[in-house]
Amino acid sequence: MERRKRRESISNSNLLFLISLVIFVAMYTVGFFRFPTSFRNLQTFVDFFNNNAPLIILTCGMSVVMIGGGIDISVGGVTGLVTMCCAVFLNGRAGSVAGSIFLALGIGLAFGALQGFLVSYLHIQPFIITLAGMFLANGLLTVIHKDPINAALPAFLKLREADIKIQWLGTVNRLGNFIPLRISYCMIIALVVVTVIAVLMKWSRFGRNLYATGGNSQSALMLGINVKRTKFFSYVLCGLLSGVAGYVFIMQTGAGNVGNASGFEMKAIASSIIGGTLLTGGVGNMIGSPIGALSLLVINEIIRSAGINSNYQAIISGLLLCVFIVLQSLVVWIRGKGSPTLPPWLQFKRDSR
Amino acid sequence: MPNDIVLEMRGICKAFPGVRALQDVDFTLRRGEIHALMGENGAGKSTLIKTLTGVYQKDSGQIDIEGRRTAFRSPHEAQANGVGTVYQEIMLCPNLSVAENMFIGREKGVFVSWREMNRRAGIILDGLSIPARPTQQLRSCSLAVQQMIAIARAVDMQCKILILDEPTSSLDEDEVQKLFALMRELKERGVGIIFVTHFLDQVYQVSDRITVLRNGELVGEYEAEKLPQVELVSKMMGKELGDVEKLKNLKEAAEDGGTPVFEAESLSSAAGVRPYDFHIQKGEVNGFTGLLGSGRSESVRAIFAADKVTGGNVRINGKRIRIRKPKDAMKRGIGYLPEDRKGDGLIADLSVRENIVLALQTMHGFFRPFSLKKARAFADEYIALLNIKTPSSDTPVHSLSGGNQQKVILARWLLIHPEYLILDEPTRGIDVGTKVEIQRLVLKLASEGVSVTFISSEIEEMLRTCSRLIVMRDRNIVGELSGEDMTQSKIMHTIAGEVTQNA
Amino acid sequence: MPEPTKRKFRLSSFPLFLPLVVLLLLVAVNIVSGGFGYFAIELRNGVIYGPIPSVLYGAAELVIITIGMSLVNASSRGQDISVGVIGAVTSAVFAMVLREYLARSPGSAVSWGVVLAAFFISCLTGALLGAFNGTLVSVFKVQPMVATLILFTAGRSLAFLIDGKVSPNLQYPIIKQIGFSLPGIPIQTPILITIACIILFAVVFKLTNLKLYSQAVGINEEAARLNGINPVAVKLTSFIILGVCCSIAGFIAVSKSGRHDSVNILKFIELDAILAVALGGNALGGGKFSVKGAVIGAYTIEILNQTLLRLKVGGEAIKLMKALFIIILMVLASPVVQAYLTKLFTRRTAEETIVPTKEVL
Repeated sequence: MERRKRRESISNSNLLFLISLVIFVAMYTVGFFRFPTSFRNLQTFVDFFNNNAPLIILTCGMSVVMIGGGIDISVGGVTGLVTMCCAVFLNGRAGSVAGSIFLALGIGLAFGALQGFLVSYLHIQPFIITLAGMFLANGLLTVIHKDPINAALPAFLKLREADIKIQWLGTVNRLGNFIPLRISYCMIIALVVVTVIAVLMKWSRFGRNLYATGGNSQSALMLGINVKRTKFFSYVLCGLLSGVAGYVFIMQTGAGNVGNASGFEMKAIASSIIGGTLLTGGVGNMIGSPIGALSLLVINEIIRSAGINSNYQAIISGLLLCVFIVLQSLVVWIRGKGSPTLPPWLQFKRDSR
Repeated sequence: MPNDIVLEMRGICKAFPGVRALQDVDFTLRRGEIHALMGENGAGKSTLIKTLTGVYQKDSGQIDIEGRRTAFRSPHEAQANGVGTVYQEIMLCPNLSVAENMFIGREKGVFVSWREMNRRAGIILDGLSIPARPTQQLRSCSLAVQQMIAIARAVDMQCKILILDEPTSSLDEDEVQKLFALMRELKERGVGIIFVTHFLDQVYQVSDRITVLRNGELVGEYEAEKLPQVELVSKMMGKELGDVEKLKNLKEAAEDGGTPVFEAESLSSAAGVRPYDFHIQKGEVNGFTGLLGSGRSESVRAIFAADKVTGGNVRINGKRIRIRKPKDAMKRGIGYLPEDRKGDGLIADLSVRENIVLALQTMHGFFRPFSLKKARAFADEYIALLNIKTPSSDTPVHSLSGGNQQKVILARWLLIHPEYLILDEPTRGIDVGTKVEIQRLVLKLASEGVSVTFISSEIEEMLRTCSRLIVMRDRNIVGELSGEDMTQSKIMHTIAGEVTQNA
Repeated sequence: MPEPTKRKFRLSSFPLFLPLVVLLLLVAVNIVSGGFGYFAIELRNGVIYGPIPSVLYGAAELVIITIGMSLVNASSRGQDISVGVIGAVTSAVFAMVLREYLARSPGSAVSWGVVLAAFFISCLTGALLGAFNGTLVSVFKVQPMVATLILFTAGRSLAFLIDGKVSPNLQYPIIKQIGFSLPGIPIQTPILITIACIILFAVVFKLTNLKLYSQAVGINEEAARLNGINPVAVKLTSFIILGVCCSIAGFIAVSKSGRHDSVNILKFIELDAILAVALGGNALGGGKFSVKGAVIGAYTIEILNQTLLRLKVGGEAIKLMKALFIIILMVLASPVVQAYLTKLFTRRTAEETIVPTKEVL
């Protein structure tokens, strides 16, 4: 009782966000000093966005779903599926850039809508449904085209190459040539997505309803929020963003590949959690999520620069995930909820007495 | 005056398959009145409220709000028409701010204006003297304040009728007073308040009128000033005060002196049980009595360590021991028949035999399962003894009737031949004939040296079997009666306590 | 206040009905497409061959994992998706132990003693990994699927690291015998190992209360606790047992293929195992379970796999179909659909409380 009467201090989410910010800055500083060639370069920092735009977009989508108290493990698979479908489409007779964009968004929407419906309206556990969704996407992916395929449509290739060069922020490379800072469209898309989602979550009715739903879905229902519809749309949005991420992915790599974006769902979840999105739902901010992604990426980059076996990356991701899951529960527990609380999809279902 | 009446419910009837929840119940609420709705478990309070707010549809009767006939089909419709409900569990979102909680779910429009929302919230909070800031996170407010914010939300939605369902269950004294201040403020504003509660003292502090329900029927509506506390208790329990007839006692006096079989000092538990002392002699039958919500079940659960024990010493036959979990208690010869048989007692999908044998089995050990033959033998013995109606001992227990299910759990605990048996409402839902059987059984056990704690809502049962009664009210032990003092009237007086007049 | 009684349309009311029906269906499909030669058995080099023996052979790993999975599912009310990964890690340990042994004493033959020792160590690893999952589930109250997600992510990389990325070759005679058949015994070894495991489980269930406790904890954890059962210990034990099952499965898998491939060994077996458990009539929500059902379910899945292959359906398409299958199964098992089916079949409308109801998410 006394704990609650304390002066208004940093909320749990902000605390976790601060932790992630600290980790990010700390890791970047380590990289800065330890591996100057890679890290002391503004281009490197920008490249984090350029090269990892899909992950950042996926993290935003994942955060949205997690804030609503759910989870979506299929995002990696859907992203991969989108890249393959777009690649095939672009090489086909009717290929066009506009068409491929619609295709990407359409696939993402379809997955989001199907999964959202099953979770919100049929009350099926999101974990198993989106796991099945992931297998579905993977299966479709290999059925559609097994081998890597390069998107060859000229219009698309042009799109790929387009970017923004900032002359006055360039660096001198090893050969002594001055290279202006290159910001790819992918990064811009990622930044736009982050901004739009941030605005959506903070200022729109949908966003606030989603927070309420994640915070206490029963209360939200009593307060007049259409919980089912809100959750449904959170999954639809996440699916849509998977489509966007898939398109950005193929913009970057130019090819559809069976292994594309595999493991991204784990990275997106880890990034969200590190960025301060609570697994319990109802808590999370849209600035934290990209920072969380960046923290993860910086750590991976450090590992790479240090020449450590890249296998460790997956292990570190898993480890980080584990640590942050436990950390979250502990933070919430210590700060006065009484016992470690878990998100709805983590808890055991009991028929109410 | 008729203008004064803001809610009138007449002749409300509601039945569920096999149960008549409400029978011809009336309820009247006046403007600016705080009206307490009281009754024991199963009395029909929550059904009445749910019928009013549209959760259930009544079978017959009428509801008039400000003279207009209404029949809400959903709680949202009720809310929109001026009937606000604040539930026992705070139905707000702890992760949102105070202001957000007040307005979310009500706003139209795609975008949210924080400034506007905070401003409006500030006005409401000030108006009701609620100590919270609009931008504060709800979770950082105390429970009482959270409750007040829930009320403020309802009030802002222009409710004429405010239903408070057990608002004080989790509050401490100071917080309760703050809540009452708010309620009186609302009263001034003309809001009619229905105050559902178990707490006797609180009712008298703040209510103008009291309506008592029992077994789905209306017992009566009274003015708080004119109803002595003791009479209220008698009406709730359905016993007449003047009934001083001493029921035939089949019991023998308990042996006094000597080391108690079980003794507890300052025993407290995480379920809200405040430190209390307790002892029971060999072969004694004692009981815990009091109104529902008075803390009887929680107190005995602490003995069995069914809830986490947070303090106190326990002695068995004089020896200091630690009981940290149910298995410890079982190993010491203590058995516990829980009040909630469905939630805490039955393993629904398992067979009758498996359920009966379970406790003995766990005491026997993980590596020593009973052979089917032995288990059947145990089960059959008790099926016969307690006359359990079941097609076979392999039948899954969920297909038995409630009363027979109760017998299965009772059989389970009898099977372990405990030294001390705790029975929490063992006769609930059982036919009269078997009720007597069980009482006889309890006395037989006592005569064989088993100590029994018996909790029941039926005072006669307790009087017939117990030699000592511990009386509880509002989660405190307020008295202990034995011998000559054990009369219905004395019990009710003890439960009621001092008669306090309405402020 | 007495609640209106609801009778759920439980799949468990017809325990072995489901798997047997599907089984018969698949056998029928096979007969239709290939004639009665489906039941043919021939003896080649002293070993029994045929479509049915090949099912028994192919399903060995799945059956063992499925039994463990059904135990975990029963008590923890969730599924373990790291089973394949645990198998990968333990078989990597197995390969590594063999490799180290040979490195230390080069030239010596790989004897039964060495193999069994390596196997034992790999089982220990499996138990440890199982304990990791079990602790997260029972102590930290994390749902099984999420707890096991951690190993699911990191596990194969871990296996990769352990076996030195070399995809070591394990073509030793003993391994071949384990993966295939022991001299003089007409039935392939994996089948024998499977039978041994089934017998072992039967013995354990007969001599201990594991089944009773697991079912009790899964059905009503609170009531189980109040009867002296320790839910934490029960759940932890079930995960450890599953971990050992995965080790055995990994051992069989690596013996069959003769080499250890971290990426592909036991890939997607978790999906098959979950399906097999569900197909076996066990409620995915925990509680009563039937080992017989789980075993039949596992063999049914294997027949499904082999039938699809025989019908020339591609490997990836199979994954697709299984994913769809799971989705359909979950839809049918969902509370909403169950309530609908109950209304349809029992013609009794229980009063539905609109609010407040606990949102089942």
